[in-house]
Amino acid sequence: MSTSGVETPFRRVAADFAESRLAIAGLAMLILILIVAIGAPLVSPQNPYDLATLDIMDSKLPPGGKSLEGMTFWLGSDDQGRDMLSAIFYGLRISLGVGTLATVCALAIGLTVGLIAAWFGGWVESVIMRVVDLQLSFPSILIALVLLASLGQGVDKIVIALVAVQWAYYARTVRGAALVERNKENIEAATSLALPTSRILFNHLLPNVLPPLIVIATVQVAHAIALEATLSFLGLGMPITSPSLGLLIANGFTHLMSGKYWISLYPGIALLATIVSINLVGDQLRDVLNPRLQK
Amino acid sequence: MLVFITRRMLQSVIALLFMSVLIFIGVFAIGNPIDILINPQADQAEIARATAALGLDQPMWMQYWDFLRHALAGDLGRSFSQNMPAVQLIFERMPATVELALCAMLFAIVLGIPLGLVAGIKPDAWYSKTIMAGSIFGFSLPTFWVGLMMIMIFSVSLGWLPSTGRGHTTQLFGIPVSFLNWDGITHLMMPALNLALFKLSLLIRLTRAGTREAMLQDYVKFARAKGLPMRRIVGVHVLKNIMIPIVTVIGLEFGSLIAFAIVTETIFAWPGMGKLLIDSINVLDRPVIVAYVLIIVCLFVIINLVVDLLYSMLDPRVRLAEARA
Amino acid sequence: MIARLLTAVLLVIATAIVLPAAAAELVIGLGADVTSIDPHNNNAAPNNSIAEQIFNKLIENDPRQNLKPGLAESWRAIDDLTWEFKLRKGVKFHDGSDFTAADVAYSIERPGIINTPGGFTIYTRSIVEKIIVDPFTIRLKTATPYPNMPTDMAGLSIVSSKVARGATNADFDSGKATIGTGPWKFVRYAKGDRIELVRNDSYWGPKPAWDKVTFRLITSDPSRIAALLAGDVQMIEVVPTADFARLKTNKDITVFTTVSNRMIHLHLDSNRDKSPFITDKAGKPLDKNPLKDARVRKAFSKAINRNAIVERVMEGLAIPAGQLMPEGFFGVSPNLKAEVFDPEGAKKLLTEAGYPDGFGITLHGPNNRYVNDEQIVQAVAQMLTRVGIATKVEALPFSVYVSRANKIEFSVALLGWGVTTGEATYPLRSLAATYSQPKGLGTWNWGRYSNPQMDALLEQGLATVDNAKREKLLQQATELLINDAGLIPLHYQVNTWAARKGLVYVPRTDERTYAHEVRPVP
Repeated sequence: MSTSGVETPFRRVAADFAESRLAIAGLAMLILILIVAIGAPLVSPQNPYDLATLDIMDSKLPPGGKSLEGMTFWLGSDDQGRDMLSAIFYGLRISLGVGTLATVCALAIGLTVGLIAAWFGGWVESVIMRVVDLQLSFPSILIALVLLASLGQGVDKIVIALVAVQWAYYARTVRGAALVERNKENIEAATSLALPTSRILFNHLLPNVLPPLIVIATVQVAHAIALEATLSFLGLGMPITSPSLGLLIANGFTHLMSGKYWISLYPGIALLATIVSINLVGDQLRDVLNPRLQK
Repeated sequence: MLVFITRRMLQSVIALLFMSVLIFIGVFAIGNPIDILINPQADQAEIARATAALGLDQPMWMQYWDFLRHALAGDLGRSFSQNMPAVQLIFERMPATVELALCAMLFAIVLGIPLGLVAGIKPDAWYSKTIMAGSIFGFSLPTFWVGLMMIMIFSVSLGWLPSTGRGHTTQLFGIPVSFLNWDGITHLMMPALNLALFKLSLLIRLTRAGTREAMLQDYVKFARAKGLPMRRIVGVHVLKNIMIPIVTVIGLEFGSLIAFAIVTETIFAWPGMGKLLIDSINVLDRPVIVAYVLIIVCLFVIINLVVDLLYSMLDPRVRLAEARA
Repeated sequence: MIARLLTAVLLVIATAIVLPAAAAELVIGLGADVTSIDPHNNNAAPNNSIAEQIFNKLIENDPRQNLKPGLAESWRAIDDLTWEFKLRKGVKFHDGSDFTAADVAYSIERPGIINTPGGFTIYTRSIVEKIIVDPFTIRLKTATPYPNMPTDMAGLSIVSSKVARGATNADFDSGKATIGTGPWKFVRYAKGDRIELVRNDSYWGPKPAWDKVTFRLITSDPSRIAALLAGDVQMIEVVPTADFARLKTNKDITVFTTVSNRMIHLHLDSNRDKSPFITDKAGKPLDKNPLKDARVRKAFSKAINRNAIVERVMEGLAIPAGQLMPEGFFGVSPNLKAEVFDPEGAKKLLTEAGYPDGFGITLHGPNNRYVNDEQIVQAVAQMLTRVGIATKVEALPFSVYVSRANKIEFSVALLGWGVTTGEATYPLRSLAATYSQPKGLGTWNWGRYSNPQMDALLEQGLATVDNAKREKLLQQATELLINDAGLIPLHYQVNTWAARKGLVYVPRTDERTYAHEVRPVP
């Protein structure tokens, strides 16, 4: 940690982060994936969401195959004649967006609700926790199906479904952790000092419930993406003409035993790479940011 | 304690009522069960007859009122598609799922907590890093994908394990179980592992995070300074400190394992409740869906109760009177 | 204590290992869930397929769905309102009791007295009176001339009047009331898992080649294939199209195919002035419905490359369709061929109809019902886009889809129609006749297509008992419908089975998987 110059918090974090070579590799991979995902329309050879550019006669070509119009499918084509490479780039964009957005929303709702429950107790807590019980026992497919039937298909509906499925999970975990923290000396001290509630909540309670939450959250981004894939697998996911990574994998599932491995394998590898890199970065960040782990 | 449990039960009854209303409205919003159940050869008159036979010609609130009256008498209705009491259908399928979930949870706990402890105590060792990197794989890929890969590797290529199904069952207290005979065990292994993977990863990560923190706490440092053996430090002090979040998560995850093993059960043709749920949702078999979710609500209520009781045992600072929920 | 436990465990393991390795046992992987063993409970194909192996019907279907004698040796219409069935003598139920006309009479009553959703009353409600002439002759009277009586009787299982009387659904699932005359006797039904049957050694027809058969319910397609490859099952039905080519080249596997009675087609919203999912190219709702114009409908049909769908989406496991049923069925017109792919012709027709630049439309289809359903809709959308119709696709789970389609919420909707009756009145009256509640016609006419001329022909056909005359009428009705593009046939599915080497199965158009028709290679 003997970097030159002034010790700013950012530099300290950056330096700590750089201690792990694995995390650096993960970060590099994540940045690459983000660039590809955000710049998908620019780097893709084809717009896989435009039906006019697809030709069914180009379908299921192996990697390196050429389309009727002479375009090369470097990773092969899917069952509609989509270039797999382009489809993966576009799919990454949707999956990452959906996964992150859903996790952030669910985390925000769960955190707020969980903290409120733990702090106020009494009937507030009872009501909140029973709602959480209900939510946890409501099958996610049923939620997705009801949303699909009443609101129609679309990316926003999937995000709503994922948030609806996940927020209760955070709420329960937060409340559990907060209950313990609430009774610890520092909080009791703060309460007896009559500090404002919001300050106790945010300055004292929140930092202490965050570590287990971050662990769950990094896992849950991945879980959200996988859940979206599962919903697609059950026919409740994205519109089929604009496939996410999950939908690509779900579609490829039917081709797993057929020998046309590329339809399923490459999206799978892309998903794996994404999630591994998110977690490598997430793990290291958590260790670095956690004040209690400072040496 | 007794007051606490009674109050919790009362709250749960309200929750159940609320839930049943929600599902009624939900299934109503999805579509009309008759449209799916009816044989395509039926004409309009036959469709009207079948609709009336199932009471689906009534307005929704009437149907709900009927349901409620029967429910209070202990009858949650008959399945539209199978013409059997819904509760009976679910209980017939429950042992298979509970067995699968227990087995998966066992996998997750027995492997997850020790691996997490190891990775947390020596976070910089190569094996810890391997454990952590490996755990990422557990939740990166969708269950259905991993499940089929397992079948392809262990059944089709290697021929070690049977591909699908439940296999031979043995009666234990009148309940058919698989884990008492070899054929049953071989059938159980793959689906249980498939179901466990995600929970396993989660447990490894939670345990490691908790352990790392605990190792730096003053009392652990103190205990180490005092020269207590590592085994005792980990076994008593560390474990105790990390138990609360882990118990919460185990509780929650166990509930969700039982409730929503849908994908694993479908891939492995495991005749459990999850398969029943997805089949029922596909044909909008409302009585089964309602009964299923109500049973699951009860299950979660009980699990949460147990978890809260465990809290107070694991950490005397959390008092039930205070937890109040 | 531990020692005792250990011996117990060992004992259990030992018994598991020495489970009798039954001679000549067949295990078949089924692709759809069987929800009941009661043959009159729910008229769904997977249930019927099992029931028909335990029970017989008066008339059976051969693999091409031609009618052949079952429990009735012969049948004829003695006048316009009466059908007479001569029953087979010496047939015994599984419990040893004799089969007589009383069992037939009761089996016809039963669907009407048990309360079920997808019931069998459709086969029995035309009958106003049952006359038992002698124990082996029964006459069925109808109120109006009813030519379809033999087809209806080919759908109704005959149960024992003694055992089944008062029996519940649960009694059939447990086996208590599951007493039939069929080639297999019931052993066990484990819901969601398996059905076990043993050979009926006193069966009146050809004996099954196996002592025992187990049907395993493996609804996930790749898992079913895996079970076959791993040798856990010896035969599977509904081979996924994606895996077919590879299985075919596998030396350990034999595949069996035949054309299916199921036709995949599109309904076009053709009777309303405005259609919910039709827009101009910019996406604004169009105040006119182009699909009312037969030229536009015809243009749709010409724009679709059926060969490409068959070859690419269905991997060759389909046949381009030009009418309601494949060749060989009763009422098929020799004059109709599958529409030839002609994008230029389609553009010309669109121009003639006043849409030289096309318009915008959304196609709807299910995503979990028919073989590759959502891929088919996407492929059609591609093809329509190419002739200038800006096309979007929405694929929904069948449970959501079918309710909305029945409420006529779509502009173009995909449907698959299995002609279980094997003759043309069924698809004509369900899919194409003008929607009419009192007449019970046009029940599934999702496009609300209406052609009075065709209706007249069909209604005449429905009341004509003479076979040759009826067939002529049905052919004419079909030609009117197709030439007016009242609906657009895409393809007939192909039914598939795959088995381990050494087994033969006679593939069937009606998608049934009968264990008694699986035989070892001679």
